[in-house]
Amino acid sequence: MFSRDTWREIFVTIRKNKLRTFLSGFTVSLGILIFITLFGMGNGLVNTFDEFFSQDATNVIYVFPGRTSIPYKGYKSNRTIEFDNSDLKDIEETFPMFVEYISPRIFRTATTTYGEESNDYTTIGVDWGQQFAEKTIIMQGRYINQRDVEERTRNAVIGRLVEVDLFNGRNAIGKFIDIGGSVFKVVGVFQDEGGDNEERQIYIPYTTRQLIEKNTDKINQIVIQFKPELGYTGAVALEKNLVRFLKDKKFISPDDQNGFFVRNVAENLKQNQDFAGVLQLIVSVVAFGTIIAGIIGISNIMVYVVKERTKEIGIRKAIGATPKRVIGSILLESIFITTVSGFTGMLIGIGVLKWIGNTLKEDYFITNPYISTGVAIFATIILIFFGALAGYIPARRAARIKPIVALRNE
Amino acid sequence: MIEIKDLHKSYQMGSNSLHVLKGIDFNVEAGELVAIMGSSGSGKSTLLNILGMLDVADSGEYLLDGLPIKNLNETKAANYRNKFLGFIFQSFNLINYKTALENVALPLYYQGVGRKERQEKALKYLEQVGLKEWSHHLPSELSGGQKQRVAVARAMAAEPKVLLADELTGALDSTTSYEIMDLIQKINDLGNTILVVTHEDDIAHMCKRIVHLKDGVIVEDKKIEQVRASQYVQ
Ligand SMILES: Nc1ncnc2c1ncn2[C@@H]1O[C@H](COP(=O)(O)OP(=O)(O)OP(=O)(O)O)[C@@H](O)[C@H]1O
Ligand SMILES: [Mg+2]
Repeated sequence: MFSRDTWREIFVTIRKNKLRTFLSGFTVSLGILIFITLFGMGNGLVNTFDEFFSQDATNVIYVFPGRTSIPYKGYKSNRTIEFDNSDLKDIEETFPMFVEYISPRIFRTATTTYGEESNDYTTIGVDWGQQFAEKTIIMQGRYINQRDVEERTRNAVIGRLVEVDLFNGRNAIGKFIDIGGSVFKVVGVFQDEGGDNEERQIYIPYTTRQLIEKNTDKINQIVIQFKPELGYTGAVALEKNLVRFLKDKKFISPDDQNGFFVRNVAENLKQNQDFAGVLQLIVSVVAFGTIIAGIIGISNIMVYVVKERTKEIGIRKAIGATPKRVIGSILLESIFITTVSGFTGMLIGIGVLKWIGNTLKEDYFITNPYISTGVAIFATIILIFFGALAGYIPARRAARIKPIVALRNE
Repeated sequence: MIEIKDLHKSYQMGSNSLHVLKGIDFNVEAGELVAIMGSSGSGKSTLLNILGMLDVADSGEYLLDGLPIKNLNETKAANYRNKFLGFIFQSFNLINYKTALENVALPLYYQGVGRKERQEKALKYLEQVGLKEWSHHLPSELSGGQKQRVAVARAMAAEPKVLLADELTGALDSTTSYEIMDLIQKINDLGNTILVVTHEDDIAHMCKRIVHLKDGVIVEDKKIEQVRASQYVQ
């Protein structure tokens, strides 16, 4: 059945029926091409999403101070809530099982000078554990360490772009810079995936910042990095208990939503992952629909092709073709066409995705659209399989009818 | 070569049934050249199609070269057609996208003959019908007579035991018809058994025996003196 003669006969048929070959081939190619492009773009959307939300560690809870909105226990509303060092200690002692690192963040903008160069940068007073919450990557030197915090050293870690701005590309490590009137020694340079803004920041020990500001114990924000084993449910539970604890400590009404604010990255992440999942599902459904449309298209063409060939089938049977050979040649022909055009469409589709690359990133949030080879081949094979099936059913019907009936067909 | 006994065939048309063949008894010896005549609708084509196994009878016996033709599945029928029978149609029934040579070679392809031998044989038969120079033309580039010669060559290529022709000159003018009949007579001279369905008296008289069908039965069956077609052909 698969002899060279069979193939030659099929190639002759294909070559001499170019329109038919083109039509069915085109349908399959187009179906696969659209499928791959859509699916790849969908992945690109999800990529953008992932990239956007995976800059910082996900096991982090931020606490921001606010103002009360409900009078409570003798306190008037509209009271400003502030955090101080004791809050850090209390949280650490109340939730020892949950907390991995805890760090304040004290934000100040200060004019920073090195030699002739000078610029305004955000300095952030932090504890040494803060490095892990923001996925700060040290390029040279080191981050703020425990000794810096305990001994209130005047050491600073500067962003990559701060070094570029102030040092004109020279090495900043060990140099002294003036931050808002105090002299700090640069002990490290960092980079951050968060973008330019985050690379124009300077980290100093929070204790040093407090010392400079008349030995205050106030802090701005609290960053809690909890143990990753807690998972999503643990994070939600911790958040709830933390809120209750802080409201109690700061005399804030349990119903007051404005005394302070909590951002739980794990919870955000979960929502975003859910959203990305829905996005992917929608894209998959659309892509699947394309494949179905492709199958319907090729089925229609096959029905038409076989119908058009009914008389030819009658002639072939009259001169001695068995039903098996009639079906076989129609089937092989359709499999050959769908395979060649299917894989052509697949390669073109993959090429299109490569060609699109990151050109749609800015305007359409599509990052690095791609389709895994497995999915691409699977979809192609599905289409080939159903194309063959779509050819087989009418071919079998045509091969079964009496030759005299087939011959009468015009 | 062909023995049929009490052959019946009806066509079902909705609730009515049309009894077309009403008990045909009929024998053909090897080497005969038989014309089947009769008015339109008398069942000539129906009979020939049954003989050619393109259609099946409702009842009756049919022996082809001693083999009972009954309850054959499509595969077996196809093999028998391929081995024993050559068919020539009024409307030629060539495959339009294949050249003359490819059309003639097709039955050999289904016989499992190798490509090279197929081509040689097909060319030989095309030469016999005088169309060697036309072997690479498509049917659409041939005249009616030429198409029918290709069909004759195709029927002969399989070297069948029996050649069946249904109105093979029906679509041709009389000169061309005689040329085709000349060809048929020459094939018959080689010893092939041939059955020809025709309306035309002159064509029928170029055979060796005339069978008359009327209302689904044979009303007349006589041997005749054959008129040679060659005298009308230059
Ligand atoms: N497939 C069919 N379904 C129903 N009736 C049919 C069918 N084929 C033929 N008939 C009828 O059977 C009868 C015999 O038909 P057949 O074709 O055998 O006649 P014929 O002798 O060949 O006629 P003609 O000389 O016109 O070709 C006719 O009345 C025809 O209408
Ligand atoms: Mg007829």
